[in-house]
Amino acid sequence: MNDDALIVTEKLVKQFPIGGRKFTALDRIDLTVRAGEFLGLVGPSGSGKTTLLNILGALDHPTSGTATVIGREISTLGHREAARLRNEHLGFIFQTFNLLPVYTVHENVELPLLLLGTPDGERRRMVTEALEWVGLADRAGSRPAQLSGGESQRVAIARAMVKRPEIVIADEPTANLDAANSFHILRTMVKLNEELGTTFVFATHDQKVIRFLRRRITLRDGRIVEDVETVPDPPSGDEEAS
Amino acid sequence: MLVPKLAWRNIVGAGLRTWLNVVVLSLAFVMIIWAQGFVRGMFEYAKHTMIQYEIAGGQFWHPQYDPYDPLTIDEAHGIVPPALERLVEEGQATPVLVAPGAIYPDGRSQNVVLKGIDPAQTEVEMPTGTLAGEGDGYIPALIGGRMAKQTGLGEGDYVILRWRDAGGTFDAADVRIVAVMSTTLASIDQSQIWIPLERLRTMLRTPGEATFVILRTGTPPPAGAGDWVYRDLDYLLSDVTAMIRSKYVGMAFFYGLLLFMALIAIFDTQVLAVWRRRKEMGTLMALGMVRGRIIALFTLEGALHGLLALVVGALYGIPLLYWTASAGFPLPEIAGEMGFALPERLYPSYGALLVLGTSVLVMIAVTVVSYLPAAKISRLRPTDALRGKMT
Repeated sequence: MNDDALIVTEKLVKQFPIGGRKFTALDRIDLTVRAGEFLGLVGPSGSGKTTLLNILGALDHPTSGTATVIGREISTLGHREAARLRNEHLGFIFQTFNLLPVYTVHENVELPLLLLGTPDGERRRMVTEALEWVGLADRAGSRPAQLSGGESQRVAIARAMVKRPEIVIADEPTANLDAANSFHILRTMVKLNEELGTTFVFATHDQKVIRFLRRRITLRDGRIVEDVETVPDPPSGDEEAS
Repeated sequence: MLVPKLAWRNIVGAGLRTWLNVVVLSLAFVMIIWAQGFVRGMFEYAKHTMIQYEIAGGQFWHPQYDPYDPLTIDEAHGIVPPALERLVEEGQATPVLVAPGAIYPDGRSQNVVLKGIDPAQTEVEMPTGTLAGEGDGYIPALIGGRMAKQTGLGEGDYVILRWRDAGGTFDAADVRIVAVMSTTLASIDQSQIWIPLERLRTMLRTPGEATFVILRTGTPPPAGAGDWVYRDLDYLLSDVTAMIRSKYVGMAFFYGLLLFMALIAIFDTQVLAVWRRRKEMGTLMALGMVRGRIIALFTLEGALHGLLALVVGALYGIPLLYWTASAGFPLPEIAGEMGFALPERLYPSYGALLVLGTSVLVMIAVTVVSYLPAAKISRLRPTDALRGKMT
C-alpha cells in the first residue's frame, strides 16, 4: 500500500441474497485512492457504484476481499468502530441532501462537530467558516424547507466538510439539481478539494459531474472496466448559463 | 450532553406536533390525578362519616349478632358484659339494642329495624338528644331522611309500631316521629327507627341488654368482654373499603383509558418517527452516531414529552385541582343510592403521593413506549436507513 493511499480494496466482493440466489453487486474490485484525488465512479444504474461507496464509507461490509479506509480494514470493524471512522474521517453528501428538517442550516452543519465533541467556540467558528465556503453564511438561521435544492446541497457539502474529513463520499450529488446549481456545487467541491486537499469520491452518471473529474473509474456489472486519469473539462460561462 | 441537546432540539423543532402531544399527555396527567382524587375524596368522606355517625372507636358485638342475617337479630342480644358496662358508666361507650319490628304507614306494613340508643350518648354524632323527652302514650322515634321519604313520614307524624318481646309476645304502640335526621349514611337510616334504649329494653323485656356496644373514639378495647366480639375500624369499614376498591377498579379503567390514549399519542409519534425519520436515522448513522445514542435520543425525546406534559399540566392543573378541592362537586341525587355515604357536594382529595405516583407512572409509561420504536431503529442497517427502507 502506498503511503498516501487513503483507500485500498483488494478482490472486494459484495453479494446480496435475492430470493434463494446470491446477486453479485461487486466482483473482485481492486482499487487504490490517494489523498487529494477527485475521482468518480461512473456507470449505469445497477453497476455497483453505490454499493462500493457504501463499503468505502463503512456503512456496509464486504462479502469477501478487503477494503482498507484510512488504515482501517472495513470487514473487521464493529458497529462502534465503523461509526467512529465515519465520525472522525469521512464526510457524506447524498443525492437527496438528507438535511434534518427541524434543524436550522447552522444546526445541520454543526451536527458532525457535536458528535465529535468539538468545544462551543471552535464549533461556532468552524460552522461559520464552512457556511462561508459554500456561500450560505447569510442563511444560517433558515430551515431546510426554506432553501432551494441547490442551497440544500450546499448545506450538505458544508456539513460534510465542516470537520475537515480526509475523504468526502458523494452519491449522485447533482442528480436532483438543475444545470446551474450542479455547476455551482461542483465548483464548490473542486475549490474545497484544491484548497483543503480533501479527497472526493463520487458515484455518478451525470455528464456534468464527469467533466470535472480528474480520475474516472467505470463500473459495469460490478466490475471495473476502465480506470483512467482525465483532464477536467469544466464548462465555460456560456455553457453554464445555458 | 449531546443526546439531551439533540433531543431538545428535535422536540422544539417539531413545533406544533410536540405541543399537541404535550397537551394530550398533560390532560391525561391532570384527569388521572383528578379521577383518583375524586375516588379518594369519596372514600375519605365515607370513612369519616361512618366513624363520626356510626362506629366511632370500634364496637363490641353480641356473639350472635350478624347485621347481614335478619333472622338472627331476634336472638342477638344479651346482658352487657361488666367490662363494657363499666365503660358505659364512665361515658366511654354506649350500648345499642337491635330488634325487628313493623310499622304501618298509610295502612301498609313495612318491616323495620328498631334500634335503642341512649338519648344522652355522645359517642356518635347522631341527634339522639331529640329522643330525650318521652311523651305520654307514644314512643319517641328518630328516623333518617331516606326512611322518611320511603314511608312518607315526617316530623310530628304518628305511626303504629308492632314488635315481639323476648317472650315471643306481639305488642303494638304508637310511635311519634320527633325528628328526621339528615344523614348521608344509609346504614343508620334505611328501614331503621331509633328509639330510647331504656324504652326499647322495656318493650322487649330485656333489661340491661344490648346487641352491640359502641366505644368512644380513642377508647382502647377492654379485656374481659366475655364472648362479645370486638370489631375494630378495619373490620367495620371493610364493606365500604371493598366498595370503594370496586370504584377504584372502575376508575382505574377510566384513567387507564386516558393514559392509553395519551400513550398512543406518544407511541404514534415515536412509531411515525421511525417511519418518517428513518432517513434521518441513516443520516445520523452516516455522520457517526452509534446505535445506543440513537436509542437514547428517541427515548429521551419521548420522556421529554412526558416532562413537558408535567410542566404544562402543572400550569393549569394545580389551580384547577386546587379549585375543585376547595369548591367541591355537586353530586346528583342518585349518588345517595351508591351503597355508601356520599355528600351532596364532594371534595376531591389529592395527596403528594398520589401526584408523585401518577407522575412517575406516566413518565415510566411514556419512556417505555418511546423506547420500543427506538429499539426497532437500532436494528436498522445504515444503508437501509439511508434509503428509507425498514429491515
